[in-house]
Amino acid sequence: MVNLTIDHLPVCVDEGTTILKAAASVGITIPTLCYLEGVNEVGACRVCLVEIDGYDGLRASCNTVVSEGMRVHTNSRAVRLARKDVVSMILSQHDCHCPTCPRNGSCALQALAAELDILDIPYEKKIPKNNWNRNFPLIREESKCIGCLRCVSVCEKIQGLGVWDLLGTGCRAHVGLSSAPSIEQSNCALCGQCITHCPVGALHERDDSDKVFDAIEDPEIITVVQIAPAVRSAWAEQLNLPKDLATERRMVAAVKALGFDYVLDTDYSADLTIMEEGSEFLERFTHKDQYHWPMFTSCCPGWVRFVKSEFPEYVDNLSTAKSPQQMFGSIIKTYFAQKTGVDPKKICSVSIMPCVAKKYEAGVEALQDAGAGRDVDVVLTTRELSRMIRAAHLNVARLPEQPFDSPLGTGSGAGVIFGTTGGVMEAALRSAYYLLCGKNPDPDAFRQVRVDEGWSLFTMDVAGAEVRVAVSSGLANARHLLEEIRSGRLQCDFVEIIACPGGCAGGGGQPITFNEELAVKRGKVLYALDAGAQLRFSHENPDIIQTYEEFLGKPLGELSHHLLHTRQREWQR
Amino acid sequence: MRKLEIKVATRATQGIWDICAVMSRRLASDTGNVCPVEFMAAALRLFQSRSCGKCVPCRVGLGQLADLLDKMLEGNGTMEDLEQIEKTCHTVAAGSDCAIGSEAAKALQVMLPAFREDFISHLERGRCVAVFQSVPCVGGCPAHVDIPGYIALVKAGRYADAVRQIRKENPFPAVCGLICEHPCEYHCRRKLVDDAINIRGLKRFAVDSAGDVPAPERLPSTGKKVAVIGAGPCGLTAAYFLSLMGHDVTVYEKRKRTGGMLRYGIPCYRLPDSYLDRDIDVILSTGITLKTDVSVGEDIPIQTIKDTYDSIFIAIGAHSNKKLGVENEDKRGVMSAVDMLRYIGDGGTFDFKGKNVVIVGGGNVAMDVTRTSKRLGAASVKCVYRRRVEDMTALPEEVEGAVAENCEIIPLKAPSRIEIDQDENVTALWVQPQIVGEVVNGRPAPRAANQPEERIPADVIILAIGQDIESEYFQAAGIPVKRSMLQADNGCQVPGEPGIFVGGDCQYGPATVIRAIEAGKVAAANIDRYMGFDTQLDLGVDIPPASFQISGPCGRANMVEESPLERQNTFDLVERGLTPEEAAQECTRCLRCDHYGRGSFKNGRVVKW
Repeated sequence: MVNLTIDHLPVCVDEGTTILKAAASVGITIPTLCYLEGVNEVGACRVCLVEIDGYDGLRASCNTVVSEGMRVHTNSRAVRLARKDVVSMILSQHDCHCPTCPRNGSCALQALAAELDILDIPYEKKIPKNNWNRNFPLIREESKCIGCLRCVSVCEKIQGLGVWDLLGTGCRAHVGLSSAPSIEQSNCALCGQCITHCPVGALHERDDSDKVFDAIEDPEIITVVQIAPAVRSAWAEQLNLPKDLATERRMVAAVKALGFDYVLDTDYSADLTIMEEGSEFLERFTHKDQYHWPMFTSCCPGWVRFVKSEFPEYVDNLSTAKSPQQMFGSIIKTYFAQKTGVDPKKICSVSIMPCVAKKYEAGVEALQDAGAGRDVDVVLTTRELSRMIRAAHLNVARLPEQPFDSPLGTGSGAGVIFGTTGGVMEAALRSAYYLLCGKNPDPDAFRQVRVDEGWSLFTMDVAGAEVRVAVSSGLANARHLLEEIRSGRLQCDFVEIIACPGGCAGGGGQPITFNEELAVKRGKVLYALDAGAQLRFSHENPDIIQTYEEFLGKPLGELSHHLLHTRQREWQR
Repeated sequence: MRKLEIKVATRATQGIWDICAVMSRRLASDTGNVCPVEFMAAALRLFQSRSCGKCVPCRVGLGQLADLLDKMLEGNGTMEDLEQIEKTCHTVAAGSDCAIGSEAAKALQVMLPAFREDFISHLERGRCVAVFQSVPCVGGCPAHVDIPGYIALVKAGRYADAVRQIRKENPFPAVCGLICEHPCEYHCRRKLVDDAINIRGLKRFAVDSAGDVPAPERLPSTGKKVAVIGAGPCGLTAAYFLSLMGHDVTVYEKRKRTGGMLRYGIPCYRLPDSYLDRDIDVILSTGITLKTDVSVGEDIPIQTIKDTYDSIFIAIGAHSNKKLGVENEDKRGVMSAVDMLRYIGDGGTFDFKGKNVVIVGGGNVAMDVTRTSKRLGAASVKCVYRRRVEDMTALPEEVEGAVAENCEIIPLKAPSRIEIDQDENVTALWVQPQIVGEVVNGRPAPRAANQPEERIPADVIILAIGQDIESEYFQAAGIPVKRSMLQADNGCQVPGEPGIFVGGDCQYGPATVIRAIEAGKVAAANIDRYMGFDTQLDLGVDIPPASFQISGPCGRANMVEESPLERQNTFDLVERGLTPEEAAQECTRCLRCDHYGRGSFKNGRVVKW
């Protein structure tokens, strides 16, 4: 143990502890900007500078470890002046048009400048110019980048891709694409983790909310919106809503209040995915010799992009089932249109997703099967939904709760947990069990696949059949898992991978709270919804049963094949 | 008469000199891994600030050049700008009145072709191709030894772990602790504060303090067989890593003993056998089969080796000598440095008692034989060199060591002929005095001075004018050879000969031990890949975290040598290691660039390779 004082307070911590953590242990908060625990401890922004007795300069508390007898000052005159100056320097190169920034209100730099009471900057403003394809789902604003390097580290260490890097040297050193000539040509999976870890608005998704407002306001257009499972766990985070009011049904009420004609639940198409993908798995499992093995889930477009760029030899291992978003897109402009008697060409199909890659997925030509324009016309992130609710001046707290619309507004608990890592697998196993032996397992029989991080391998007894399943989230984990499979060290049957750590709950389209990783917390919300649901099995969802009876026939049938499946090899990323 | 005053530097002038000193130290240690365009733009502005302002090209042109480079850096440059830069450079270089302008433009002019790739990248892609060197010492070390890591281990008193951490990249810690040319130190960031860390000194201290450190565990056998030809530092490095990877390695050595030039080229007073054997014993303990006294090509046909092994690594070094090309070079009393040192390496000796010995050459080998001759009892030892002392390629400390041991350096004399008596014994070396002349390829070239030949009496003449490679057998076996060097790519792979690799002195000509080790490491990795593996060696230890320490500028502790008067008569090790107190102080001087600076962001440490 090491003894020191921080702001005259005695502190005793383990050897090797940073000053930042030592201070936190006694309740002293040192402001930070670039610091991301375990991922980006690089001391780049110099906001966490502290003074140490006997040492001339100042040290970054995030990458300086404590030593015996050290006397640290986190708020001395030297620290205060330097900290203010450093933030002024950052501001001198930051486009401070806060009112028009998507991060207005959730920006760490904005908060820090206010906290440090910076009212004037002594430096000339020198704002770099933006040069980016504004139509790409992921947008980078050079004019707002503060060079904290969090995106570089997150992409490299958590997602194992290394899309970003610090380029050049000297005063022109800046963050840019590590090797690709353009973002379109890069190996970016569009997971959006760089966005959710950016302290400012230098990285954000393409905003499509105006398209949706336009559609809502056009009397000729029928707007149908689907809401992904994970959205309900985070939709109100930026809305100042007490937690007990931030319910799933109040979210539905808010979305209805925006003016959508039909508000549907992606849980339904998650259940549909289970029927199709679960049946596909059983088909492959019983005819292993005819298929590439193991089978990979295909519901996460970030993961699908990753396979296609990083492990192209494994494309045939991906399930042919479309993602729940795209399945629903196909169903809305066919079956749903028939049932409601609406001309599918007049439907504007919108989805609200915790995801950036879904914006890309909705535009993939090979996935348009309903024959009425794009199957999903516009994809919004949870953040865009949040901004639309604010823009519409909705007093959400006073909105009475409402159910999803019918038809196709029913989802099971199995569909809800699609929104968290392991959920797809658990839901699939519940129904696979039923499909194999004709009776239901205990709905919680497969709960052991609920893992928070890394990747795990389980051997499950599914109605007497031994199924080895692997579950992982985060693409660095995925890469590791695939390398293990490729080397033959790991053998399994069914692999679920979600690109974002913690699954969609931690998705790149979710609301951002600086330095808080909320995936696990949000995942618990989803598990609670599942536990409390009357329907726990996808195959018992009456809307699903009806869909097959009235429209699709049977899982993997001809119409399913046409509308709900895709040939993965036929389209590149 | 006008009143005169003694000139005293103003505070401002003194300040500028001080900054110049800081800058030259800073620039001298530069790793060179910066954006060349940015660097050149900054340099031009600095050069321009030294302009007196009288002449147009210098006053205006240098700034215009910098502006054009800035434009390029801001992503607004065009190919026309690049052409304009070339034209402007020419105008300023040719049209300036004095060296301030012309030399500034020439510096850029010379570099333009070298920077072209970077210019184009800025123009076409708006980005730089330079990669910043995170940890300068590690980047400077050809074998990429984890220097901050092992210094931290020495500081913590974990000497055996320090040796393990060195061996992770370099199986010759004892050898390198004594004779490495330490390119790592040139780039040491501590130079920005005061002076480079004594890295080699700390390596030797770790080795001297560690005791025996056994080799790491070998990975399970792969059943693949590799032949390494040559048991020098390059071949043994490759053998060590390949063996640890689980491959079966057989090393063939032409001489009686292992070590190559380490044993047959470097005298014992610099590298005692005890140190060399310490490294080699550990290397061989990994299960390598050693066959000495076998000349591949003469005793075993190369084809047989090709047929027997999955891959071959040729690291035969450069062991033959170059000829002077003067009359009587083959007479009694004339020998080559290589032959002399080899004879001694095999345990032989010469009796130079009372003899006048003359050495020809200016490299490290020349210094080795100069100092060896002194130890063999020569009455006088003179080293004759055709250039100036400052042009000698030998390390300055080697030259100083020789002079301290009463050897004489005779610069600017080119050997013209060798004089013999009627029994064909050497009696003298005749030399033509030289005058230093024009700079050719960056070095002032000597030419004959308008002075008569001089006679230097000599009983023994030792020629140390360069080494050659005995590549005939390999050439005959189909390995491409150019100017006696075996040809391979930067990955040591011989083009058109799958499975055959070449490295070390026989690839690029005589170089340093650490370059040989680098080649051995590169070859090991690529041979492993060639044989269908992607083995990752994880040989490192955990490194103590960088501690906070208060250390202002502090002098560098250097090694001291035994007294010249005593040492010149023995072959005992000349250099004394750092004392524990000195080593501890050197450790605290390390700035831990693996943790602070860019090291914490990226590439602070390569754990596996």
